[in-house]
Amino acid sequence: MISGGHFTYFITIFLMIAGLFLVIARGNLIKKLIGLGIFQTSVYLLYIAPGKLVGGTAPILSPEFTIYSNPLPHVLILTAIVVGVATLALGLALVVRIREAYDTIEEDEILAVDSAHETEVQTT
Amino acid sequence: MTIATHLPALQVVIPLVAAPLTVLLRGRHLPYFISLAASWIALVIALLLWQQVNAHGTISYAIGKWPAPWGIEYRVDQLTAFMLVLVSGIAALVLPYSRASIKNEVPPQQHYLFYTMFSLCLTGLLGISITGDAFNIFVFLEISSLSTYVLIALGRNRRALIASYQYLIMGTIGATFIVIGIGLLYLMTGSLNLADIGRRLAQVQGTRPVLAALAFLTVGISLKLALFPLHQWLPDAYAHAPSAVSSFLAATATKVAVYVLIRFYFSVFDASQVLSQLPMQEMMLILALAGMFAASAIAIYQTDLKRLFAYSSVAQIGYIILGLSFNSPTGLTATVVHLFNHGVTKGAIFMLLGAVTLVMGGSTMARIQGLGHRMPLVSFGIVLCGLSLIGVPGTVGFISKWYLLLAAIEQGQGWLVFLILLSSLLAVVYVWRFVEAAYFREPRKDIDADTRVPWSMGLPSGLLVIACIYFGLDTSFTVGSSVKIAELLFGGMR
Amino acid sequence: MRNDLILRVIAKLLIPFILLFALYVQFHGDFGPGGGFQAGVILAASVIFYALIYGLDDAIKVVPEPLVESMMALGVLIYAGVGYAGLLLGGNFLDYFVLDPNPVHGQHRGIFWVEVGVAITVSGVMLKIFYMFAARGKSDD
Repeated sequence: MISGGHFTYFITIFLMIAGLFLVIARGNLIKKLIGLGIFQTSVYLLYIAPGKLVGGTAPILSPEFTIYSNPLPHVLILTAIVVGVATLALGLALVVRIREAYDTIEEDEILAVDSAHETEVQTT
Repeated sequence: MTIATHLPALQVVIPLVAAPLTVLLRGRHLPYFISLAASWIALVIALLLWQQVNAHGTISYAIGKWPAPWGIEYRVDQLTAFMLVLVSGIAALVLPYSRASIKNEVPPQQHYLFYTMFSLCLTGLLGISITGDAFNIFVFLEISSLSTYVLIALGRNRRALIASYQYLIMGTIGATFIVIGIGLLYLMTGSLNLADIGRRLAQVQGTRPVLAALAFLTVGISLKLALFPLHQWLPDAYAHAPSAVSSFLAATATKVAVYVLIRFYFSVFDASQVLSQLPMQEMMLILALAGMFAASAIAIYQTDLKRLFAYSSVAQIGYIILGLSFNSPTGLTATVVHLFNHGVTKGAIFMLLGAVTLVMGGSTMARIQGLGHRMPLVSFGIVLCGLSLIGVPGTVGFISKWYLLLAAIEQGQGWLVFLILLSSLLAVVYVWRFVEAAYFREPRKDIDADTRVPWSMGLPSGLLVIACIYFGLDTSFTVGSSVKIAELLFGGMR
Repeated sequence: MRNDLILRVIAKLLIPFILLFALYVQFHGDFGPGGGFQAGVILAASVIFYALIYGLDDAIKVVPEPLVESMMALGVLIYAGVGYAGLLLGGNFLDYFVLDPNPVHGQHRGIFWVEVGVAITVSGVMLKIFYMFAARGKSDD
């Protein structure tokens, strides 16, 4: 059922869907960020797994080896990981500020507070 | 020879270096002047590049002297130069405006951070326009997006935090979809250079990963450009961000995303193959029409002016994508022309709304009663820009609508002509709401509008409003460039 | 009190080795897993470790806040400086070939300084994030 060569792709898709599900279905702001992290991790796998060639060694030139794994995906994913870390840090900082401003980090409670406030603000 | 050949790199690097300099040299005045100098130099470079491209054709610059398919290549063609002039021009006008505006809206100890993030956002947007490498587009996209999230969160209302968080979640999902698309393209072609991928795709056209890559890229870019069902982040973000941020973003961020879409569709996926294999044309047509009508209708019911014009932005983006869905040179001309025209119009409107916020303390319908008497010039400016949104002849909006109607008539779609005119009527309704509140009501007694709008805010807004009218009368720059760009892209230029 | 003592002693023994490991990872990025980002994170981790054991105030005495903010900016400027050096020496932006008469050595030099810039920025950013989050909690009580 799971053919050997496509194993990594199935894991990638599973992580992608799991991450997206968390972002959409969970109301807690931090759980959304965790879902986002899982979603981004699946992308790393999508890039790196095909880069490893069967029988390939680490991409450092040496006279004993002729097949090397592709180093380019690793460099790309390093950049993507850094971007993911920055996004996570920014998201968490926003959650801390939201907690201080609203006293809660559940999305539905925040929406309720905002819509109640909105009807007051509309008339001023 | 020395500086002129390195202009493409300097275009991106000078704003990039301005950002850490403002962090190191923070103080009361230095951050502002450093960012101002960087953005004005960036505008000069963009204009020089535009001249060079029109005289000599596409410019190619290899970063690090690694030649094109292996190294990162900065590729400046007419479309790129057009976007560079738009983005750097808006930035050069918004920065002088922002000094007085953020004194009112952002706490003083965060001012230098505002300028840092602004320079980074400018770097990101310029980098997206100029680079010819797919993954580099993603990197610059994330640079501009992350700095945008910070800029939005600087708004003084606590709802700005929620708006920024929501934009962060949706924007990161969009960027990750784009990266998945780029990854699938890399897997199928083995290259990251846009022109090279375009050439190599000819051998693997129609295979499933390529179609999947197209799908992921389209959805990811649509999230960034706020195409109809994926627009939820835009109204909150534009309404609660500081006014200078709203004017910069409304004028540039979504336009650069449209540029990325055009670049991928025409220079990577050959336009005819892609748009005929999947029902892209019909889908874009339906979503564009839905955006035009739904967003205009929602705009009519808004009570806050910034939210109203934010929904109007979603509707105008519908027009831009409508032009793209025609798959004809006239349609593409309409799209590219509206990128510039809408940028100028919305930039002007949000700058004027920032002046309103400064004087009246807010921009809700309740507060702006009688604005015509209190702030006559500002109200007149907003009315002029509103006329441009409707598409009255003599304003830039008319030029874009004209080309859209031409494209629809060319393809024999009479019902589309009717729909475009009908949505313009909806725009009349929401502009009339402003006119009625500003000119036909008495000003409130309890708000004292004593603050004067300083020159640093008045002059840039005035210039943009004048540009709104000027480019509607003298269209040699906008339409001339757009027609040339449409011909080149449809001629198979990479 | 006695548990605290064990933690403090072990921390004092371990932190120099963590710092040394960070430098190792930094300079061996050419030949094995490593490079600027990883080294910067390990460097920041050692200071965060110190802050966890000895308290945030002591860590701020060792690595003061203005220094951390300057580190963030300095690393980016070093990276851009290497790029400009390539411009000034006659090549393109970020051109490493011209940094040395022998182009291969030029690549070595360019990558070395670029990674140093990255490590400084990354450790600065990680420390700044930690300081901001940790200081937030303190102001609550």
